[in-house]
Amino acid sequence: MTGMADFTHIKPGFADPVHQAQACFRTILDAMAHPGRIVMVPPPAGLAVGPLGAAACAVALTLCDFDTPVWFDAAAQPAAPYVTFHCGAPLTAEPAAARFGFAGEPAALPALHTFALGTDEYPERSTTLLIEVAGLRLGNGGVRIAGPGIVDTAGIVIDGLPARFWTDRAALAELFPRGVDVLFASGKRLAALPRSTRVQF
Amino acid sequence: MSGSPDTADKISALGYGPEARQWWLAVMAKATLPELEQAWTEVPDKPDFRVLRAPEIGLAMVRGRIGGTGAPFNMGEMTMTRAAVQMLDASGTACFTGFGYIAGRSARHAELVAIFDALLQDPRHRQPVLRGLIVPLAERHEAGRAHKAAKAQASKVEFFTLVRGE
Repeated sequence: MTGMADFTHIKPGFADPVHQAQACFRTILDAMAHPGRIVMVPPPAGLAVGPLGAAACAVALTLCDFDTPVWFDAAAQPAAPYVTFHCGAPLTAEPAAARFGFAGEPAALPALHTFALGTDEYPERSTTLLIEVAGLRLGNGGVRIAGPGIVDTAGIVIDGLPARFWTDRAALAELFPRGVDVLFASGKRLAALPRSTRVQF
Repeated sequence: MSGSPDTADKISALGYGPEARQWWLAVMAKATLPELEQAWTEVPDKPDFRVLRAPEIGLAMVRGRIGGTGAPFNMGEMTMTRAAVQMLDASGTACFTGFGYIAGRSARHAELVAIFDALLQDPRHRQPVLRGLIVPLAERHEAGRAHKAAKAQASKVEFFTLVRGE
Protein backbone atom coordinates (compact mmCIF):
# COMPACT_ATOMS: atom_id res chain seq x y z
CA MET A 1 0.00 0.00 0.00
CA THR A 2 1.23 3.43 -0.82
CA GLY A 3 1.86 6.15 1.72
CA MET A 4 2.62 3.78 4.59
CA ALA A 5 5.86 3.05 6.33
CA ASP A 6 7.39 -0.26 5.30
CA PHE A 7 8.25 -2.57 8.18
CA THR A 8 8.80 -5.73 6.16
CA HIS A 9 12.61 -5.44 6.33
CA ILE A 10 12.64 -5.38 10.14
CA LYS A 11 13.58 -8.66 11.76
CA PRO A 12 11.76 -10.06 14.79
CA GLY A 13 12.85 -9.23 18.31
CA PHE A 14 12.77 -11.61 21.26
CA ALA A 15 9.96 -14.17 20.93
CA ASP A 16 9.59 -14.27 24.73
CA PRO A 17 10.68 -10.72 25.63
CA VAL A 18 10.55 -10.96 29.41
CA HIS A 19 12.45 -14.19 29.96
CA GLN A 20 14.91 -13.77 27.13
CA ALA A 21 15.74 -10.22 28.18
CA GLN A 22 16.23 -11.42 31.76
CA ALA A 23 18.55 -14.24 30.65
CA CYS A 24 20.45 -11.85 28.41
CA PHE A 25 20.73 -9.24 31.16
CA ARG A 26 22.22 -11.85 33.47
CA THR A 27 24.73 -12.76 30.75
CA ILE A 28 25.75 -9.14 30.19
CA LEU A 29 26.08 -8.65 33.96
CA ASP A 30 28.31 -11.70 34.10
CA ALA A 31 30.51 -10.33 31.32
CA MET A 32 30.71 -6.87 32.94
CA ALA A 33 31.62 -8.38 36.32
CA HIS A 34 34.30 -10.56 34.79
CA PRO A 35 36.32 -8.72 32.15
CA GLY A 36 38.42 -11.23 30.27
CA ARG A 37 35.62 -13.75 30.23
CA ILE A 38 33.82 -14.47 26.97
CA VAL A 39 30.14 -15.20 27.41
CA MET A 40 27.66 -16.54 24.91
CA VAL A 41 24.29 -14.83 24.60
CA PRO A 42 21.52 -17.30 25.41
CA PRO A 43 19.63 -18.89 22.52
CA PRO A 44 17.76 -18.21 20.33
CA ALA A 45 20.58 -16.21 18.89
CA GLY A 46 19.74 -16.33 15.22
CA LEU A 47 19.40 -12.57 15.05
CA ALA A 48 21.81 -10.55 12.95
CA VAL A 49 21.08 -7.14 11.52
CA GLY A 50 23.54 -5.46 9.20
CA PRO A 51 27.02 -5.87 10.66
CA LEU A 52 25.65 -6.50 14.17
CA GLY A 53 25.57 -10.14 15.21
CA ALA A 54 23.32 -12.01 17.59
CA ALA A 55 25.08 -10.84 20.76
CA ALA A 56 24.95 -7.18 19.73
CA CYS A 57 21.25 -7.42 18.82
CA ALA A 58 20.43 -9.14 22.10
CA VAL A 59 22.28 -6.41 24.03
CA ALA A 60 20.27 -3.75 22.22
CA LEU A 61 16.95 -5.53 22.83
CA THR A 62 17.82 -6.00 26.49
CA LEU A 63 19.29 -2.64 27.48
CA CYS A 64 17.92 0.04 25.15
CA ASP A 65 14.62 1.80 25.69
CA PHE A 66 13.03 5.21 25.21
CA ASP A 67 15.33 6.68 27.88
CA THR A 68 18.56 5.75 26.12
CA PRO A 69 19.58 7.74 23.04
CA VAL A 70 21.46 5.41 20.71
CA TRP A 71 24.22 6.19 18.25
CA PHE A 72 25.23 4.05 15.26
CA ASP A 73 28.39 4.40 13.23
CA ALA A 74 28.10 4.47 9.43
CA ALA A 75 28.56 0.71 9.10
CA ALA A 76 25.94 -0.08 11.75
CA GLN A 77 23.27 2.24 10.28
CA PRO A 78 21.29 -0.70 8.82
CA ALA A 79 20.62 -1.82 12.41
CA ALA A 80 19.17 1.56 13.45
CA PRO A 81 15.55 0.89 12.33
CA TYR A 82 15.66 -2.45 14.13
CA VAL A 83 16.64 -0.90 17.44
CA THR A 84 14.29 2.08 17.16
CA PHE A 85 11.36 -0.20 16.28
CA HIS A 86 11.86 -2.80 19.00
CA CYS A 87 13.27 -0.62 21.78
CA GLY A 88 11.69 2.75 21.01
CA ALA A 89 15.10 4.30 21.60
CA PRO A 90 15.71 7.78 20.13
CA LEU A 91 18.49 8.04 17.57
CA THR A 92 21.28 10.56 17.95
CA ALA A 93 23.99 11.51 15.49
CA GLU A 94 26.08 12.95 18.33
CA PRO A 95 28.28 10.40 20.15
CA ALA A 96 28.37 12.64 23.24
CA ALA A 97 24.55 12.49 23.52
CA ALA A 98 24.36 8.70 23.31
CA ARG A 99 23.80 6.29 26.20
CA PHE A 100 24.57 3.39 23.88
CA GLY A 101 26.82 3.41 20.84
CA PHE A 102 26.88 0.64 18.27
CA ALA A 103 29.91 0.41 16.02
CA GLY A 104 30.04 -2.01 13.11
CA GLU A 105 33.43 -0.91 11.79
CA PRO A 106 36.09 -0.74 14.53
CA ALA A 107 38.66 0.81 12.17
CA ALA A 108 36.44 3.89 11.71
CA LEU A 109 35.64 4.33 15.40
CA PRO A 110 35.57 7.98 16.55
CA ALA A 111 38.00 8.93 19.35
CA LEU A 112 36.72 7.58 22.67
CA HIS A 113 36.66 11.01 24.34
CA THR A 114 33.98 12.15 21.87
CA PHE A 115 31.47 9.86 23.61
CA ALA A 116 29.71 10.80 26.84
CA LEU A 117 32.09 10.25 29.76
CA GLY A 118 29.66 10.98 32.59
CA THR A 119 30.45 13.44 35.35
CA ASP A 120 32.28 13.00 38.64
CA GLU A 121 28.93 13.10 40.46
CA TYR A 122 27.16 10.88 37.92
CA PRO A 123 29.78 8.72 36.21
CA GLU A 124 27.06 6.35 34.99
CA ARG A 125 25.79 9.04 32.61
CA SER A 126 28.29 7.84 30.04
CA THR A 127 28.09 6.01 26.75
CA THR A 128 28.29 2.24 26.77
CA LEU A 129 29.96 1.41 23.51
CA LEU A 130 29.33 -1.87 21.75
CA ILE A 131 31.84 -2.75 19.05
CA GLU A 132 31.25 -5.62 16.66
CA VAL A 133 34.69 -7.10 15.98
CA ALA A 134 35.95 -9.72 13.55
CA GLY A 135 37.07 -12.15 16.23
CA LEU A 136 37.12 -12.50 19.99
CA ARG A 137 39.03 -15.14 21.93
CA LEU A 138 40.96 -15.67 25.11
CA GLY A 139 44.68 -16.29 25.12
CA ASN A 140 47.99 -14.71 24.33
CA GLY A 141 48.83 -12.54 21.36
CA GLY A 142 46.47 -9.71 22.24
CA VAL A 143 46.39 -7.61 25.39
CA ARG A 144 46.66 -8.60 29.04
CA ILE A 145 44.11 -7.09 31.34
CA ALA A 146 43.89 -6.74 35.11
CA GLY A 147 41.60 -5.16 37.63
CA PRO A 148 38.33 -5.83 39.46
CA GLY A 149 36.76 -9.15 38.49
CA ILE A 150 40.00 -10.64 37.19
CA VAL A 151 42.15 -13.04 39.16
CA ASP A 152 45.76 -12.06 38.47
CA THR A 153 45.68 -11.15 34.77
CA ALA A 154 43.80 -12.40 31.71
CA GLY A 155 44.73 -12.42 28.05
CA ILE A 156 42.23 -11.51 25.39
CA VAL A 157 42.62 -11.23 21.63
CA ILE A 158 40.34 -8.81 19.83
CA ASP A 159 40.65 -8.95 16.05
CA GLY A 160 40.28 -5.87 13.90
CA LEU A 161 40.61 -3.30 16.65
CA PRO A 162 42.91 -0.38 15.70
CA ALA A 163 45.87 0.33 17.99
CA ARG A 164 44.63 3.87 18.62
CA PHE A 165 41.67 2.42 20.56
CA TRP A 166 44.08 1.40 23.31
CA THR A 167 45.92 4.74 23.39
CA ASP A 168 42.53 6.56 23.45
CA ARG A 169 41.42 4.39 26.32
CA ALA A 170 44.66 4.87 28.24
CA ALA A 171 44.23 8.64 27.91
CA LEU A 172 40.84 8.41 29.62
CA ALA A 173 42.20 6.42 32.59
CA GLU A 174 43.14 9.54 34.58
CA LEU A 175 39.53 10.80 34.40
CA PHE A 176 38.26 7.83 36.45
CA PRO A 177 35.46 7.46 37.63
CA ARG A 178 34.47 9.14 34.36
CA GLY A 179 35.01 7.03 31.27
CA VAL A 180 33.49 4.73 28.69
CA ASP A 181 32.48 1.10 29.22
CA VAL A 182 33.01 -1.06 26.17
CA LEU A 183 31.39 -4.30 25.08
CA PHE A 184 32.95 -6.37 22.32
CA ALA A 185 30.67 -8.61 20.32
CA SER A 186 31.50 -11.12 17.66
CA GLY A 187 28.57 -13.19 16.46
CA LYS A 188 27.15 -14.82 19.57
CA ARG A 189 30.23 -14.03 21.67
CA LEU A 190 30.41 -11.12 24.05
CA ALA A 191 33.14 -9.69 26.29
CA ALA A 192 33.22 -6.56 28.41
CA LEU A 193 35.93 -4.01 29.04
CA PRO A 194 34.62 -1.75 31.79
CA ARG A 195 36.46 1.49 32.62
CA SER A 196 37.86 -0.08 35.79
CA THR A 197 39.94 -2.61 33.83
CA ARG A 198 43.63 -1.85 33.35
CA VAL A 199 45.36 -2.88 30.16
CA GLN A 200 48.98 -4.06 30.01
CA PHE A 201 50.85 -4.51 26.75
CA MET B 1 -22.43 -11.71 3.34
CA SER B 2 -22.53 -8.37 1.63
CA GLY B 3 -22.56 -4.92 3.12
CA SER B 4 -25.30 -2.37 2.99
CA PRO B 5 -24.98 0.37 0.37
CA ASP B 6 -23.73 2.67 3.11
CA THR B 7 -20.78 0.50 4.04
CA ALA B 8 -19.98 -0.30 0.42
CA ASP B 9 -19.93 3.42 -0.30
CA LYS B 10 -17.64 3.92 2.65
CA ILE B 11 -15.17 1.33 1.38
CA SER B 12 -15.04 2.86 -2.09
CA ALA B 13 -14.76 6.37 -0.65
CA LEU B 14 -11.89 5.44 1.66
CA GLY B 15 -9.99 3.51 -0.99
CA TYR B 16 -7.11 1.49 0.42
CA GLY B 17 -5.01 4.24 1.93
CA PRO B 18 -4.19 5.04 5.55
CA GLU B 19 -7.79 6.12 6.28
CA ALA B 20 -9.19 2.75 5.26
CA ARG B 21 -6.60 1.08 7.42
CA GLN B 22 -7.49 3.24 10.40
CA TRP B 23 -11.10 2.28 9.86
CA TRP B 24 -10.60 -1.50 9.76
CA LEU B 25 -8.17 -1.38 12.69
CA ALA B 26 -10.78 0.50 14.74
CA VAL B 27 -13.51 -1.94 13.72
CA MET B 28 -11.42 -4.95 14.72
CA ALA B 29 -10.28 -3.34 17.98
CA LYS B 30 -13.94 -3.00 18.99
CA ALA B 31 -14.82 -6.57 17.94
CA THR B 32 -14.90 -9.45 20.38
CA LEU B 33 -12.25 -12.15 20.43
CA PRO B 34 -14.65 -15.00 19.42
CA GLU B 35 -15.74 -12.98 16.37
CA LEU B 36 -12.13 -12.68 15.20
CA GLU B 37 -11.26 -16.29 16.07
CA GLN B 38 -14.25 -17.47 14.05
CA ALA B 39 -13.25 -15.33 11.06
CA TRP B 40 -9.68 -16.63 11.25
CA THR B 41 -10.87 -20.25 11.03
CA GLU B 42 -12.77 -19.28 7.87
CA VAL B 43 -9.78 -17.74 6.04
CA PRO B 44 -8.87 -19.99 3.11
CA ASP B 45 -5.23 -20.61 2.10
CA LYS B 46 -3.81 -19.19 5.30
CA PRO B 47 -0.39 -17.68 4.66
CA ASP B 48 2.47 -18.12 7.13
CA PHE B 49 3.18 -15.45 9.70
CA ARG B 50 6.02 -14.66 12.01
CA VAL B 51 5.78 -12.56 15.13
CA LEU B 52 7.64 -9.28 14.76
CA ARG B 53 6.62 -7.86 18.12
CA ALA B 54 5.14 -10.37 20.54
CA PRO B 55 1.96 -9.07 22.21
CA GLU B 56 2.88 -6.63 24.96
CA ILE B 57 0.72 -4.88 27.51
CA GLY B 58 1.22 -1.22 28.30
CA LEU B 59 -0.48 1.98 29.28
CA ALA B 60 -1.67 4.83 27.09
CA MET B 61 -2.67 8.26 28.33
CA VAL B 62 -6.18 9.16 27.28
CA ARG B 63 -6.71 12.87 26.78
CA GLY B 64 -10.05 14.55 27.10
CA ARG B 65 -11.66 17.87 26.21
CA ILE B 66 -14.63 18.02 28.53
CA GLY B 67 -13.68 21.18 30.36
CA GLY B 68 -15.59 24.40 29.81
CA THR B 69 -12.82 25.91 27.71
CA GLY B 70 -12.23 22.82 25.55
CA ALA B 71 -8.56 22.62 26.44
CA PRO B 72 -7.10 19.10 26.33
CA PHE B 73 -6.16 17.50 29.62
CA ASN B 74 -4.92 14.09 30.77
CA MET B 75 -8.04 12.17 31.71
CA GLY B 76 -6.36 8.97 32.81
CA GLU B 77 -4.35 5.99 31.67
CA MET B 78 -5.85 2.90 30.07
CA THR B 79 -4.42 -0.56 29.55
CA MET B 80 -3.56 -1.41 25.96
CA THR B 81 -2.10 -4.42 24.23
CA ARG B 82 -0.20 -4.23 20.96
CA ALA B 83 1.36 -6.74 18.60
CA ALA B 84 2.98 -6.79 15.18
CA VAL B 85 3.25 -9.71 12.76
CA GLN B 86 4.81 -10.17 9.34
CA MET B 87 3.11 -12.16 6.61
CA LEU B 88 5.54 -14.42 4.78
CA ASP B 89 5.36 -15.14 1.06
CA ALA B 90 6.03 -18.55 -0.49
CA SER B 91 9.79 -18.04 -0.26
CA GLY B 92 9.59 -17.16 3.45
CA THR B 93 10.38 -13.45 3.13
CA ALA B 94 8.20 -10.89 4.87
CA CYS B 95 5.77 -9.20 2.47
CA PHE B 96 3.26 -7.37 4.69
CA THR B 97 3.45 -6.11 8.26
CA GLY B 98 0.28 -6.01 10.33
CA PHE B 99 -0.23 -4.08 13.55
CA GLY B 100 -2.84 -4.56 16.26
CA TYR B 101 -3.63 -2.16 19.09
CA ILE B 102 -6.54 -2.97 21.38
CA ALA B 103 -7.93 -1.78 24.68
CA GLY B 104 -7.46 -4.27 27.49
CA ARG B 105 -5.12 -7.19 28.06
CA SER B 106 -6.06 -9.80 25.48
CA ALA B 107 -2.82 -10.83 23.77
CA ARG B 108 -4.62 -13.06 21.28
CA HIS B 109 -7.01 -10.27 20.31
CA ALA B 110 -4.09 -7.92 19.52
CA GLU B 111 -2.35 -10.68 17.57
CA LEU B 112 -5.46 -11.47 15.50
CA VAL B 113 -5.98 -7.78 14.71
CA ALA B 114 -2.38 -7.65 13.50
CA ILE B 115 -2.85 -10.80 11.40
CA PHE B 116 -5.99 -9.44 9.75
CA ASP B 117 -4.33 -6.06 9.20
CA ALA B 118 -1.61 -7.85 7.21
CA LEU B 119 -4.23 -9.89 5.30
CA LEU B 120 -6.13 -6.71 4.43
CA GLN B 121 -3.00 -5.22 2.86
CA ASP B 122 -2.67 -8.24 0.59
CA PRO B 123 -4.75 -7.77 -2.59
CA ARG B 124 -5.45 -11.53 -2.69
CA HIS B 125 -7.12 -11.53 0.72
CA ARG B 126 -8.46 -7.98 0.97
CA GLN B 127 -11.91 -8.35 -0.59
CA PRO B 128 -12.93 -11.60 1.15
CA VAL B 129 -11.81 -10.26 4.53
CA LEU B 130 -13.54 -6.91 4.01
CA ARG B 131 -16.79 -8.57 2.93
CA GLY B 132 -16.68 -11.46 5.37
CA LEU B 133 -15.38 -9.76 8.50
CA ILE B 134 -14.94 -6.00 8.53
CA VAL B 135 -18.24 -4.93 6.94
CA PRO B 136 -20.45 -7.24 9.07
CA LEU B 137 -18.56 -6.17 12.20
CA ALA B 138 -18.95 -2.50 11.34
CA GLU B 139 -22.65 -2.97 10.66
CA ARG B 140 -23.21 -4.89 13.88
CA HIS B 141 -21.37 -2.21 15.78
CA GLU B 142 -23.38 0.54 14.10
CA ALA B 143 -26.65 -1.32 14.79
CA GLY B 144 -25.70 -1.63 18.45
CA ARG B 145 -24.96 2.07 18.61
CA ALA B 146 -28.25 2.94 16.91
CA HIS B 147 -30.15 0.67 19.30
CA LYS B 148 -28.53 2.30 22.32
CA ALA B 149 -29.13 5.76 20.90
CA ALA B 150 -32.79 4.90 20.27
CA LYS B 151 -33.24 3.67 23.83
CA ALA B 152 -31.61 6.81 25.15
CA GLN B 153 -33.72 8.94 22.83
CA ALA B 154 -36.93 7.33 24.17
CA SER B 155 -36.07 8.41 27.70
CA LYS B 156 -35.33 11.98 26.68
CA VAL B 157 -37.18 14.49 28.82
CA GLU B 158 -38.12 17.92 27.49
CA PHE B 159 -37.83 20.60 30.09
CA PHE B 160 -39.99 23.63 29.68
CA THR B 161 -41.62 26.20 31.83
CA LEU B 162 -45.33 26.88 31.57
CA VAL B 163 -46.20 30.46 31.00
CA ARG B 164 -47.31 31.79 34.29
CA GLY B 165 -50.64 33.47 34.12
CA GLU B 166 -50.46 37.03 35.18
